[in-house]
Amino acid sequence: MSRMTLSLNQRAAILSVVILLVGLLVWEAAIPAQKAAENLTEYERLMGLGSERAGVPPPSDVIAKAWEQLSNPFYDAGPNDKGIGIQIGYSIYRVLTGYVMAALIAIPLGFLIGMSPIAYRALNPYIQVLRPISPLAWMPLALFIIQDSEASAIFVIFICSIWPMLLNTAFGVAGVREDWVNVARTHELGHFRTAFTVILPAAAPTIITGMRISIGIAWLVIVAAEMLVGGTGIGYYVWNEWNNLDLTSVIFSILMIGVVGMMLDAAFGWLQRAVAYAE
Amino acid sequence: MSKPFLSIERMTQQFPDGQGGTLTVFEHASFGIEKGEFVCILGHSGCGKSTIMNILAGLAEPTSGVVKMDGYEVSGPSLDRGVVFQNYSLLPWLSALRNVTFGVKARYPDWPRAKVEAHAREYLAMVGLEGDVVHRKPSQLSGGMRQRVSIARAFANHPKLLLLDEPFGALDALTRGTIQEELLKIWGGTEQTVFMITHDIDEAILLADRILLMTNGPQARVAESVEINIPRPRERTTIVEDANYYAIRNHTVQFLGRRSKELAGRPAEGLDQSPATVRFENGHAVAAPARAEPESPRRLRAVNE
Ligand SMILES: Nc1ncnc2c1ncn2[C@@H]1O[C@H](COP(=O)(O)OP(=O)(O)OP(=O)(O)O)[C@@H](O)[C@H]1O
Ligand SMILES: [Mg+2]
Repeated sequence: MSRMTLSLNQRAAILSVVILLVGLLVWEAAIPAQKAAENLTEYERLMGLGSERAGVPPPSDVIAKAWEQLSNPFYDAGPNDKGIGIQIGYSIYRVLTGYVMAALIAIPLGFLIGMSPIAYRALNPYIQVLRPISPLAWMPLALFIIQDSEASAIFVIFICSIWPMLLNTAFGVAGVREDWVNVARTHELGHFRTAFTVILPAAAPTIITGMRISIGIAWLVIVAAEMLVGGTGIGYYVWNEWNNLDLTSVIFSILMIGVVGMMLDAAFGWLQRAVAYAE
Repeated sequence: MSKPFLSIERMTQQFPDGQGGTLTVFEHASFGIEKGEFVCILGHSGCGKSTIMNILAGLAEPTSGVVKMDGYEVSGPSLDRGVVFQNYSLLPWLSALRNVTFGVKARYPDWPRAKVEAHAREYLAMVGLEGDVVHRKPSQLSGGMRQRVSIARAFANHPKLLLLDEPFGALDALTRGTIQEELLKIWGGTEQTVFMITHDIDEAILLADRILLMTNGPQARVAESVEINIPRPRERTTIVEDANYYAIRNHTVQFLGRRSKELAGRPAEGLDQSPATVRFENGHAVAAPARAEPESPRRLRAVNE
């Protein structure tokens, strides 16, 4: 009877937990079968066959690793041994630096493009050519010109997060209802006050959507960029642990990348709801 | 004779017609509106009423001709000309109260916050919006409430001229009646001049001092100016007893039903197209002295009853 009265959310939560438990159990159960495969012939051992499969850790190991790492996330024992918190901190710092610089350029420029058909037509060809370029394709050029791996990673974040923000701002600003602009005009508001009190709030939902897409892309790209430039960051950490053949850490850090990405997205989702309005 | 408060002089509006030619909406239209007057304009859809209003508001420029208010040429929008748009045009991300303070702040930038808010609340109360409703967003208000917020926003700014584009078009008859009364009450207490577009003859007779009648477009004309000399205060139930009520109503219905079509599409004769004045006394049309139309040739016309 009580099961019948559970809300949709409660039932979904129960289902989620069940899926998680079943998944973990199947994973855990699959490992002994693998261990059995450790009784390999000398020949197979010599050829390195099965070594990868033998390395896949059971979830219990990953959970133990997570506990160990998360209980002391900020330790620093030299260049190749830093806590997960420090690594993620480096990545977030790079993402936010590149992202904020992109926003500072994309939003004003998007305003201009959205408000002026001339600017739109003049800049559109460049945007159309630059936008489809994979951000990592910029990396060699950035490394050559900037001569600094840290700044190059930030540049790659900058270049990948600028487009969605630019296009969405321009689109949102161009789409502001003529009536609302007329309200500003009949109240003799100047250009700046019109931009801030009418156009910005009217276009805010579209702009924030662009910013949310951008932060998602930036978080995807930083992992790849850090694998390339090395040194610090969660991307480097994954790569480093792979080189150490520590798959437990690899799996744990993959999960952490997902969790941080989800939190960044949730923050912008919250912002999106805050500026949303119903017509 | 002195010039009227608002004068429209030889105003012509043309648009490209989409096939390479030009569409003349109206040509050399000339008419005036006195200070404190309440004028309604009636005409079939597409004849150019909104176009005239946008020009009066300064949101659009006529192809030729001038609009003068208080002797000064109108160029661009101004806080002296308040507009109530047909679709309310409230800013949906602001509450009803903030929509009104938005206007008050623009009009009185020096006022402290508290004064701005008190002023806004006063005008919202005048249209019957008090208490918690003022904190609701437009999407949480009914159509009639939104319209009232829009009227409060316009009146709170004390514009010299108030322009209303079919403000009650989307409302049900009951709400419309209430808001019409509220509008009359607020207008009665001020020196404001009102120019209002409507499709509703009864509404025009209830509210206006004068009805401008437009012929059908293209090349529409403001053909007649019908005086509504029914004494105020007026009430829906008692105006029908006035001797002139049915004469005015019949005349207007006749015009919109038949003559607006017959008179349509005639190119401008002469430089001015001033409306002929139509007045009724004891239920009969009488020759009315021409109004102080800007430089108008005094044209009078016998009117069918
Ligand atoms: N920007 C424009 N470009 C081209 N034609 C236009 C434009 N604005 C209005 N028109 C034309 O001018 C004429 C008058 O339009 P307007 O909106 O003033 O009519 P209206 O009298 O307000 O009609 P309604 O009662 O339906 O609101 C119409 O034929 C319309 O097609
Ligand atoms: Mg119209």
